[in-house]
Amino acid sequence: MAAPPPSLLSPAAGSRLLQAGLRGWTGLVLLFLYLPVIVLAVYSFNSARLGVAWEGFSGRWYAELLHQAPLQRAALNSLVVATATTLLSVVLGTSGAWLLHRYRFPGRDLIESLVNLPMVMPEILLGISLLILFALAGVGLGFITVIIGHVTFSFPFVLVAVRARLQGLDPALEEAARDLGATPWGAFRHVILPALRPAILAGGLMAFLLSWDELIVTYFTTSAASATLPLKVFGLAKVGLNPVLNALSALFLLVTLAGVAFAAYLRRGAR
Amino acid sequence: MTPEPVARDPGARPGTLAWLLLAPLLAWLALFVVVPALLLLGCSLGERDEFGQVLWGFSLENYARLLDPVYLRIFLRSLGFAALTTGLCLLIGYPVAYHLARAAPRVRELLLLLVMVPFWTSFLVRTYAWMAILREEGLLNALVAWLQPAWAPLGLLYTPAAVVTGLVYSYLPFLILPVYASVEKLDGALIEAAHDLGAGPWRVFPTVILPLTLPGIAAGVTLVFVPAVAMFAVTDLLGGARVPLIGNVIQNQFLQARDWPFGAALGVALLGLFLVSQLVLRALRPRGALRG
Repeated sequence: MAAPPPSLLSPAAGSRLLQAGLRGWTGLVLLFLYLPVIVLAVYSFNSARLGVAWEGFSGRWYAELLHQAPLQRAALNSLVVATATTLLSVVLGTSGAWLLHRYRFPGRDLIESLVNLPMVMPEILLGISLLILFALAGVGLGFITVIIGHVTFSFPFVLVAVRARLQGLDPALEEAARDLGATPWGAFRHVILPALRPAILAGGLMAFLLSWDELIVTYFTTSAASATLPLKVFGLAKVGLNPVLNALSALFLLVTLAGVAFAAYLRRGAR
Repeated sequence: MTPEPVARDPGARPGTLAWLLLAPLLAWLALFVVVPALLLLGCSLGERDEFGQVLWGFSLENYARLLDPVYLRIFLRSLGFAALTTGLCLLIGYPVAYHLARAAPRVRELLLLLVMVPFWTSFLVRTYAWMAILREEGLLNALVAWLQPAWAPLGLLYTPAAVVTGLVYSYLPFLILPVYASVEKLDGALIEAAHDLGAGPWRVFPTVILPLTLPGIAAGVTLVFVPAVAMFAVTDLLGGARVPLIGNVIQNQFLQARDWPFGAALGVALLGLFLVSQLVLRALRPRGALRG
């Protein structure tokens, strides 16, 4: 083999330089990720309507939110949809994960692919294909159709999270329970389910956040009465900037931060 | 009484009860994933009447319309934007993912959390933030006016550059996370061995690190490329109506133009593209010995 080409830097010095470069780059990218949203949050306290100039600290745009009945209505809708989606996704995802983990049957691989599909498929395809289904079946668009759409892309995330946990679980746990006389349901209820709790919670949280933030599928499956918060925000943002939206966005950020902190706390608990 | 034997290996066949429990999942997948996909295909072969109602039938006319230069151009533009977005995400995100995975555990946990927060932040909020920065009276133009008072404000919002910036900003964490996962699995001993054999960092990267992290790259690239092709919300907000992409056209066919069959044909084309990308991804997945 040929000798390595002579280099001005020793490998060690080159590594150090590369290391410093990587650290600097990571810092810059994080700045790029955070600066826009931080600026947005800061400006939500600017008393000026939309100017760049800072005209004093004020909570008036937050106070204004209290007078925006349509936005409050939309927020309530979002909460209803996200809660229903989370509950259904947890039930469907957890039971599905357990059954797919536990049993082998014909068509199982196909089912696994089908479960993965809504997670990775462009949302617009889910939206339009569900719209055609609902139109053909004569189902009026509203909360039910929105929730169906949301559960379809949310429950696979619960299923995958629970499944990962199941795979790390000692199969002897269930055997021991059964040997001690537990019924299959009893073993599931008292042995498996408690062990799955962190994964179920994490999956449920994911389903809630996905549903809470979803725009595209909702866009095709909702009526005006069941319009969610992202849909309203999208409509307002299309018209242009709006200081009330700044305040609302800042609140959204706060909810996300709380969710991520909670998830981190869950992960710590799972260890 | 002895309990009936438990399935000791995960190879048991389901009994009646298990099938009963499986039924909701199977029904859900059939009713809300399989049937809608078939209906989409069926609808794309139909026609619309003058009231915008779908006339079911069997005609390839909608697919012939896809070849109209107007739509071909939009398709190509969407692919171009998505490719550019993906390339930029890869260039920007790969070094970050690499640094994250090789950092000391405490630092890594913090950095990972810092990447997760934007990942979970509403993409609408993040897109909206860029509207505030890029608009004519926005922050960037204020900065320009401060540095170069003689310049006229730049028209930044509602341009292709704004759209790509917004897409990169939205999807960057989707690339960083899978690449991070695959760098983390990388065996450090392999890199050390390469170093010991005299290879510098510039040699180790293309010959050792890059091939071994290819699965993560492939996953990240799909996670960015596929949704970026179809995205219409970011492009609506940052591109205005000036740069329609395929997602905007589909949305328009379904909600304004009310030509569902044509919209469905566009959707089927998108679905085909998506399936091809999944097959490519599967082909790139490592087999056998290289698995981490």
